Amino acid sequence: MSAVMITRKVTRKWEKLPGKNTFCCDGRVMMARQKGVFYLTLFLIVGTCSLFFAFECPYLAVHLSPAIPVFAVLLFVFVVAMLLRTSFSDPGVLPRALPEEANFIEMEIEAANGNVMAGQRPPPRIKNVQINNQIVKLKYCYTCKIFRPPRASHCSICDNCVDRFDHHCPWVGNCVGKRNYRYFYLFTLSLSLLTIYIFAFNIVHVVLRSVDSGFMNTLKETPGTVLEVLVCFFTLWSVVGLTGFHTYLISLNQTTNEDIKGSWSGKNRVQNPYSHKNFIKNCCEVLCGPTYPSVLDRRGVMLEDSTRPTPSDASAASTYKSTNPVSQTTKSSAPLIPNEHTPEEAKPSIGAGTQKSTSSPKEEKPPSPTSPNAVAPAVIKESAH
Amino acid sequence: MSSAPRTATERTKLPYCHESFHNLQELRHSASLANKVFIQRDYTDGTVCKFQTKFPSELDSRIERTLFEDTVKTLNNYYAEAEKIGGQSYLEGCLACLTVYLIFLCIETRYEKVLKKISRYIQEQNEKVYAPRGLLITDPIERGMRVIEISVYEDRGSSGSSSGSSTTSSSGR
Repeated sequence: MSAVMITRKVTRKWEKLPGKNTFCCDGRVMMARQKGVFYLTLFLIVGTCSLFFAFECPYLAVHLSPAIPVFAVLLFVFVVAMLLRTSFSDPGVLPRALPEEANFIEMEIEAANGNVMAGQRPPPRIKNVQINNQIVKLKYCYTCKIFRPPRASHCSICDNCVDRFDHHCPWVGNCVGKRNYRYFYLFTLSLSLLTIYIFAFNIVHVVLRSVDSGFMNTLKETPGTVLEVLVCFFTLWSVVGLTGFHTYLISLNQTTNEDIKGSWSGKNRVQNPYSHKNFIKNCCEVLCGPTYPSVLDRRGVMLEDSTRPTPSDASAASTYKSTNPVSQTTKSSAPLIPNEHTPEEAKPSIGAGTQKSTSSPKEEKPPSPTSPNAVAPAVIKESAH
Repeated sequence: MSSAPRTATERTKLPYCHESFHNLQELRHSASLANKVFIQRDYTDGTVCKFQTKFPSELDSRIERTLFEDTVKTLNNYYAEAEKIGGQSYLEGCLACLTVYLIFLCIETRYEKVLKKISRYIQEQNEKVYAPRGLLITDPIERGMRVIEISVYEDRGSSGSSSGSSTTSSSGR
């Protein structure tokens, strides 16, 4: 019996995670599915810097100062480290609700909505929360079956809800969220500096060498210069602009997502409740705040019932087996949970579905009592208490 | 029975394990999972990790309100300590930045240290307070820091329906 356990390969949790991420190094690395643009970014950075080290640095080290290539190396290492850190880390993905939690939330919603007349569209699933004297709406995510925390958003490319979602960056091959925003910002900042540095020293090198050998000869001797100048020129405008934009966002403690949606644009006297109203405090919170842990536990070992040779062992399997009736419920109720895009024909079956979902996990409970009215105001409007 | 220790051994390899789960299984062979109560996050102070302290009615007959509130308040204090922005977090951030974040390969972040404290606290609470009352708290980190999941166990010996307080629609109160 124990021989079965030893020979079986360990399954880690990342292998079963929903969502459209790709994982490498046995779950240590987490990226989006499309990585082509990320490889391009890496190629451009490494390629341009290699040309710089090959063509310009020997001349500049001798004629100006050896500190120039040294600083360039440090900057290059920093840029690549920040890029890899942004690309490979978990941006702050919120795991999907397990069946029991999803059912619990469903029942709260049903209770709050009261009786929906047949044929009528049920009200949108929104919770109102008061944060710093602002009413913030928490939307329900039909994919992850949770009410999204404030500032979280669902990335359709990665098919995950991400905490403090900023944007999905194809250049980095990952979402930018709570956990990797500061690395993303440091990447754009250091890349701006590196681009300006290489651009400037290219010009200096061409000028210095032209004085000795003439302009055309210089270009013939160091053909890489032209390529570097071209890449740096185009990179400058985009990356420096992006860095400036994100510096602006950080100073206001806003995300790109909120900025695009105009959540705190000031209309209807709506203000950003997360801002400390102080530029330095906002910067410190975003850049020097605590390093949040990943809640995904990608490398945790999956505990599967099939690995256990004694299926009749009730005590060990009680918690996991007890989820089976719930998972059957999920199969019956999942297609019946209304989606924003659910066609009207599916709606009448929801009533039947919820009856099933209330009865099966709670086999020995009485059917849900009809007292929604006392519950409804409390669930929908959670004010400060 | 023979696979129960294996379960605990596997779970000890996880960063956030609680051995009380194993003890609860041993102590309560006759118990079965009856219900799960979810304590939601309290967002009134912003995005900091904080859980609601309002007492769910399903636990009315199972545990004293003060004990429950104490547990949640202590957890909230731990999370506040982990997420505190002050001198130590700045120092940690700057030092990490200077070392290109390689320092985190060697040392633990403050948040991780506090998470371990939380894990130990929950284990201790489960053993001393919750398991004797037929309840089990799941560490919020295992649920994406979204909810505190409290599993309610019933003795298999009790026949038919469970206590009337375990109704679900009143959970929103």
